[in-house]
Amino acid sequence: MVRVVSRRLIQLFVTLIALMTLVFFWLRSLPGGPVDALLGERATPQTRELLTRALGYDQPIWVQYGRFLKNVVTGDFGNSIRTGEPVTDVISRSFPATIELAVAAIIIAVGLGIPLGYLAARYRGRLLDNATIIVTLIGISIPIFFLGYLLKDWLTQGIHFFPPSGRISTGMDNTDVTGFFVLDGLLTREFDASADALWHLVLPAVTLATIPLAIIVRITRASVLDVLDEDYIRTADAKGLRNATIRKRHVLRNALLPVVTTIGLQTGALLAGAVLTEKVYNWGGLGTLITDSISGGRDYPVLQALILLAAVVFIVVNLLVDLSYAIIDPRVRVQ
Amino acid sequence: MSGAGGITTLADHKRRRIDELTARTSEGGGVSLIRDAGRRLLRNPTAIVGAAIILLFLIIAIFAPLVAPHDPVQRFPELTRDLTVDSVPGASAGHPLGSDPLGRDFASRMIYGARQTLFVGVLATLIGLLFGVLLGAIAGAAGGWVDVLIMRVTDVMLALPSLLLAITLVALARESTQWTVIIAVAVVNVPIFARLLRGSMLAQRESDHVLAARALGVRRRDIVLRHMLPNSLTAVIVQATLTFAVAILDAAALSFLGLGDPDINRAEWGLMLGVDGVRYLEVRPELAYFPALAIILVALGFTLLGESMREALDPKNRR
Amino acid sequence: MTIGAAGCAKSDRGGDDGGKAGGGTFIFAAAGDPKNFDPIFNDDGESFRPIRQMYDTLITHKPGTADLTGGLAESWSNDPTGKIWTFKLRQGVKFHDGTALDATAVCANFDRWYNMKGEAAQSQMIYYTDVFGGFAGSPDAVYDNCKAQDASTAVVAMKKYKGAFPGAFALTAFSIASPAAMKQYGSDTVTQSGDSFSYSAFANEHPTGTGAFTFGGWNKATGEITLNKNPDYWGDKAKVDKMIIKIIKDENTRKQELRAGTVQAIDFPAPADRKALASEGYKVLERPAFNILYLGINQKNNPKLKDLRVRQAIAYALNRAQLVQTKGPGGSAVADEFLPNTVLGYAPDVQKYEYNVDKAKQLLADAGATGLTLNFYYPTEVSRPYMPNPQEIFTVLANDLQAVGIKVNGVPRPWNGGFKDDVQQFGKQDLHILGWTGDYNDPGNFVGTFFGRGKIEFGDQAMTEMFTAIGKADATVDQAAKKAAFEQVNRDLASKWLPAVPIWHAPPALVTTKNVEGLVPSPLTAEEFNTVSLTK
Repeated sequence: MVRVVSRRLIQLFVTLIALMTLVFFWLRSLPGGPVDALLGERATPQTRELLTRALGYDQPIWVQYGRFLKNVVTGDFGNSIRTGEPVTDVISRSFPATIELAVAAIIIAVGLGIPLGYLAARYRGRLLDNATIIVTLIGISIPIFFLGYLLKDWLTQGIHFFPPSGRISTGMDNTDVTGFFVLDGLLTREFDASADALWHLVLPAVTLATIPLAIIVRITRASVLDVLDEDYIRTADAKGLRNATIRKRHVLRNALLPVVTTIGLQTGALLAGAVLTEKVYNWGGLGTLITDSISGGRDYPVLQALILLAAVVFIVVNLLVDLSYAIIDPRVRVQ
Repeated sequence: MSGAGGITTLADHKRRRIDELTARTSEGGGVSLIRDAGRRLLRNPTAIVGAAIILLFLIIAIFAPLVAPHDPVQRFPELTRDLTVDSVPGASAGHPLGSDPLGRDFASRMIYGARQTLFVGVLATLIGLLFGVLLGAIAGAAGGWVDVLIMRVTDVMLALPSLLLAITLVALARESTQWTVIIAVAVVNVPIFARLLRGSMLAQRESDHVLAARALGVRRRDIVLRHMLPNSLTAVIVQATLTFAVAILDAAALSFLGLGDPDINRAEWGLMLGVDGVRYLEVRPELAYFPALAIILVALGFTLLGESMREALDPKNRR
Repeated sequence: MTIGAAGCAKSDRGGDDGGKAGGGTFIFAAAGDPKNFDPIFNDDGESFRPIRQMYDTLITHKPGTADLTGGLAESWSNDPTGKIWTFKLRQGVKFHDGTALDATAVCANFDRWYNMKGEAAQSQMIYYTDVFGGFAGSPDAVYDNCKAQDASTAVVAMKKYKGAFPGAFALTAFSIASPAAMKQYGSDTVTQSGDSFSYSAFANEHPTGTGAFTFGGWNKATGEITLNKNPDYWGDKAKVDKMIIKIIKDENTRKQELRAGTVQAIDFPAPADRKALASEGYKVLERPAFNILYLGINQKNNPKLKDLRVRQAIAYALNRAQLVQTKGPGGSAVADEFLPNTVLGYAPDVQKYEYNVDKAKQLLADAGATGLTLNFYYPTEVSRPYMPNPQEIFTVLANDLQAVGIKVNGVPRPWNGGFKDDVQQFGKQDLHILGWTGDYNDPGNFVGTFFGRGKIEFGDQAMTEMFTAIGKADATVDQAAKKAAFEQVNRDLASKWLPAVPIWHAPPALVTTKNVEGLVPSPLTAEEFNTVSLTK
């Protein structure tokens, strides 16, 4: 196990360095870039020149590369062009926001998806099943930013039921401990802040959950149907085991395996969806950070770090998925 | 590299799903399966509905100039009245859906939108397919280190969520044009097609008819081109059908993020929804509702057809 | 719903006397992040908004205008050469850290700017480089020295006359900061890291000025900048206890927050929303237009564009009246000159180019330029006060040009991803759209910026006649003579030189809820919020 993991890590490290090198040289070849991004309409040729020198862009490319590589290896990703803060600060601030949103979305998707999928399978061909199929099909075909706008338009404008944007009410003055606002409120016993944050979370989480929900329902339904078809269920049935027992012991457990895989697979889709959802709801997470660092000024230091982060997150999620495999199905062992 | 000693990765799962499709659609060889599948497809109402939607969409796209009342880029200044009075005018004589914010006939733009959306979706799918198939065929035919290298690259690409990859590509693009969007959306699909084709070719390498051809002394190139490739294409076609829906959704998302096709003269549904649609949602919801509905319908059509094809080709369903 | 109510109750926690007349918390939704709060290192409106509330300048603007009035200096004067400026300072003004604002403190600020060390720091002093030419040791430097004649008299000596003064003294970038605080928090340390810079503790956590609000904090996780009332302010004390600047980048979301009642004012509403919001009872405050959008013409790549007739044809081809009517934000007007009519030197009688397709075609034919093909560069991923939607503007203008037989090859470029580079550095375009928001009431700030010297944007041609005329006008000390000189420049710009076509002046707006009183929109987008109060 340890050997395998360490081999993986070395592989990962080499891949990441290669990736960063590629990104570095590619970015240096693009038009625009940091000098352009840092200067507004008012820059004179003198300031432009000054800035080019100050950033070291007048030095040979390999000198720049060497410095860049040294910084990356020592964990220094430089400062954000837009805000001037260390990139690590910017990212660690946005990270909890996205995780909070993604976790809420997963809870909704799994909490609703598995029961719905199961029920659809049990009542196969009936109204519930057909309705579920149609709704989930629409769920994967709808542009989710549009859905977000619709929900926002309906539920925050005509009737002010939910707040239209943000993670917490302006001026809430909540204490920031972990960056997870709902959790922070509980930790500091500022329960009103917690409730407020939770209330802000509802619409974005529902929007983000749409696609994973639809997919989880479909997969659950399909795999429950598969399992119901298997011989051992029929055997159990024939043996006269009670329905409830069959369901609990055999059907769900065996049907859950592909569902867990799917949930793992959906983390990627969640990140992509978060980019859209966060823009719709002015949610200050990684998704917003990605769009801001592209259109808000080609913030390449942030972009570089984000690419790296994406890779790392995937490794972690992979491992979690594999571990949960082992828990659900004892036959699977992580070697 | 299958999970380096037992630890599986996400890319492995994605891969496995692709391989599963490969196995289902390319084993058991050839014509009889396809004929069977076709028969099953025709009996499946889901497939019929999907196909009908696509057909309708195609007809509108092809005959857009005949159906549309106006040129989609022609501006009718009289329709864009003083902004302080009415920012986006509604329906009027000769303009059943009114105009868009620049005074262009909205109905015509919706109709021509079928054409542009089809263009983006088909091209993004085709480019992805072409390069994917090429890479996959090379990997499958060559084997050895070429195979390993190509598969490594696809692994990395599969590890990233597709929209994120597309966003990154657009951000890293030298220019922003319609092609930037098409290519970004296409590249995302390359690894899927590559894997699909390679898997299918590997499965066939040991199959009877290929072994027979080899024994008869047919040249390697001919075996690949005449025997292996055609057989692998069924799986590719199924995947392409499913890819199309994702492609137009991704293009719409890019437009929404401000990273889409910059030419707002182009009547493309994703662009119309992502730019003007959300901007004028409260003032003139039709500007969002119509393109959104069109996108949902078309995506639905391709998904329905694609999934029924997959099901039909699945040997498990053969009765 | 109860949860929402609980939230509301808590958000009042900061200003518990919200029930009384005055007081309370005023929440303003801004469109972008500030960079930092050290005035000299900034050059954008979003940074200047909070800075302006926390600091004062020597000279300032009368509310709602671009006219000068006393700020920290009660009065100012210059000698006949226009080089020596004497400021009579207000008495008894204190910085937020309790130290006194006197002539020594003012001079310390001037000296700090002039003697700034390090390329990193210098490269971020955009306004300083522009106005003061350069730093200690540079032959272009305009500043000479500053002397504290007595505690309340500061005398600033320049090496040469510059038309920018006294207007430039009112620039927010030249706000006066507490020398003690700057020293304590190491204000001059600007360090480079990777592709960017980081600023001092002074700039980020301890900005210290004399303004009506003191710094409360910047919560980056929620995008909120908190400013507290300065109870010791020398001028009109703030009527609210607290002001929060909430950053919401999306214009739609800003509007929705306003409607939901979670913010009291929003900046830059979408032009299309203004009417709807006004009819719902919100106050739409239009800032008097102080900007210009122009169609730039680069004469270098296509020799045909050197011909005045071709440039005039382009001007005639554009239906600017219709563009203003259909796409202009409320209150916008067709521009005939490159500066708004409130600025000195605006000539009422320049040659106007009314929309005329036939004339445009005729001129093109005369010049032998039929079938002209032009590369038209326009920016994407950006929204500027003078061009809320560049893509739409491009589409309309390109349409007009095509109608007279000019073939337009549109080239979109991201604002930060190549547009500025391609247009201003490399001059790849034939045509482009760009604009400017004025900084102070001086024609040099408009006309001089664009056409006072050879710029790549316009083909870097040796238009010597134009450069000399503008240079001369800018150097004229006598105000009446200066006015006449600039009026002539503007006439010639329209009829003789036509290096670009002015399109429109588009006033950006603010929208507030009904209960916001006393917010005066500024043409320079330089609103002061101490006059704002919230009624029940």
